[in-house]
Amino acid sequence: MGNILLKNIENPNSAELCEYRKSGGYAGLQKALGMEPKAIIDEVKKAGLRGRGGAGFPVAMKWTFASADPKFPKYLLCNADEGEPGTFKDRPILEKNPHILIEGMTISGYALGAEYGYIYLRGEYPAAKDILNKAIKQAYEDNLLGDNILGKGVKFHLAVHQGAGAYICGEETALIESLEGDKGQPRIKPPFPVNVGAFAKPTVVNNVETLSNLPYIMEIGGEAYAKIGSPDCPGPKIYCISGHVARPGVYELPMGTPLREIIETHCGGIKGGGRLKAVIPGGISTPVLPPDKIDCPMDFVNMPKHGSMLGSGAVIVMDDTVCMVKVCHRALKFFEHESCGKCTPCREGTGWLRSILGRIEQGEGNEGDIDLLLSVAGNMIGKTFCPLGDGAASVVQNFIKHFRPEFEEHVRLKACPVGK
Amino acid sequence: MITFSQTTIKEIEEIRRKYPTSRAALLPALYVAQREFGWLSPEAYTAVSDLLGVPEAIARGVGTFYAMYRNKPLGRHVVQLCTNVSCMILGAERLVDFLKNKYGLEPGGTTADGRFSLVIMECIGACGTAPAMLVNDDFYENLTEKYIDEILEKYR
Ligand SMILES: Cc1cc2nc3c(=O)[nH]c(=O)nc-3n(C[C@H](O)[C@H](O)[C@H](O)COP(=O)(O)O)c2cc1C
Ligand code: SF4
Ligand code: FES
Repeated sequence: MGNILLKNIENPNSAELCEYRKSGGYAGLQKALGMEPKAIIDEVKKAGLRGRGGAGFPVAMKWTFASADPKFPKYLLCNADEGEPGTFKDRPILEKNPHILIEGMTISGYALGAEYGYIYLRGEYPAAKDILNKAIKQAYEDNLLGDNILGKGVKFHLAVHQGAGAYICGEETALIESLEGDKGQPRIKPPFPVNVGAFAKPTVVNNVETLSNLPYIMEIGGEAYAKIGSPDCPGPKIYCISGHVARPGVYELPMGTPLREIIETHCGGIKGGGRLKAVIPGGISTPVLPPDKIDCPMDFVNMPKHGSMLGSGAVIVMDDTVCMVKVCHRALKFFEHESCGKCTPCREGTGWLRSILGRIEQGEGNEGDIDLLLSVAGNMIGKTFCPLGDGAASVVQNFIKHFRPEFEEHVRLKACPVGK
Repeated sequence: MITFSQTTIKEIEEIRRKYPTSRAALLPALYVAQREFGWLSPEAYTAVSDLLGVPEAIARGVGTFYAMYRNKPLGRHVVQLCTNVSCMILGAERLVDFLKNKYGLEPGGTTADGRFSLVIMECIGACGTAPAMLVNDDFYENLTEKYIDEILEKYR
């Protein structure tokens, strides 16, 4: 499979409109504007496209809810908050192929009946902001955005909204709060954003990578698209691999590529001939896997059957020099820092987990601390307002599940037994 | 009393037009204020809140919620080093020590000459080329002690 989403990114001018058009760009939009909006949603349904932001929600279903709501105007928000640690898959689209996203959003906006779109871009991507703003300007100049797109009477306006360094704003209702000029704290659901979203209007939030699939689906049709990758969960997928592999980086592969193949074939295995110890397959919030559990197809349907989740497709590979208590502690430091403070189990729980992990790591752990961790985590799961708190607790549960002896040794030896 | 320049007022008004409410322009306006005044001083909050007609308490609540707004003056150049897992397992902590020992830069601190501040970051989306940092708005990846020396040399 050649690159679809990351087509031409080796070309230094890939972000330019003329280059994008040279390789067939905006043909999908041209085609879409000749179709009925409902027919576009049908194609997306046939394509079996699932959201790439982490949850894998079927895109056509979300769109159908929003387009059925009679309130106007509707909004389309692109989630470019990419904050899940280990994730750097949207950044190459934003920086090197911005027009595929703009085209995808315009097609989506037309299909939904949304006339306004915002790209919610994380604050830590300043280069992407300038590149996107320039690409949007070019698109307006060529009548690919505006009040009468390509002379077809279709209206879609697009702007970049810059976040300011809060992971929780990746959660869609917190993102909406932040767009509206508030602290990024999640809203209660229902009502769902598809009915009451940005500015109290029907709103669809989709990930950068999700929306960037639209031009190709328009080009080849839903049925042909559905033949790529996993039958349960089709399409191309950008995996991003970091840590102790020989060739880290972004790889666009068919959805469902086995985790072992990604690590061993595409990334050249463990760097420096070391031994694999653990893999976090989908960003820090997804369950860690030990080396004998990596024969799993990396898609939304199959990963849960193998004890983890696809998440953002951010694979963090660790060799046997890495201490699991230390990684778990660092992860919880992250969650404590990013907890928005709205609900007690997460606000307090993340701090306690971090603190107990910290003392175990420092060689000051007490007997019973591991059960205490499990007890705190157990009191968070299912009781937090949004999935951030659940994610934090399950990280601790899964590290202990697979690496309990290492935690116990820290407590017994009053020191770190790894690598030293 | 500090006030915005005429160009900045125009810039914020233009931003305002991108949204259906003025409240939605709060985050971008705080960025503009930060750029103009260097940090979000009490006067900066007043200026933003007056211009957008958003209560000052709200502007401050928002400005203190997000990590990228500066609620105290920082050094001329802000070194933002990631220490999250992918960077940590490739040596980010060693780099934190290096910045402390060689430049006297503590996490959250500023050098005595006001040249650098150090902010420890969560993941900045450069994990495949870890360890990574931003200096002001510029990305630097595959960091080593030697490379950091070369980079910081450019920021006076
Ligand atoms: C704590 C948290 C952080 C999230 N961060 C992101 C993110 O950075 N990018 C993203 O696209 N989705 C993120 N999501 C998922 C969004 O809430 C939402 O499901 C997604 O943007 C929907 O788009 P999709 O259907 O195209 O995946 C996050 C969810 C949670 C709970
Ligand atoms: S779970 Fe955490 S991040 Fe989510 S609402 Fe509660 S405090 Fe905020
Ligand atoms: S963990 Fe450091 S850039 Fe992602």
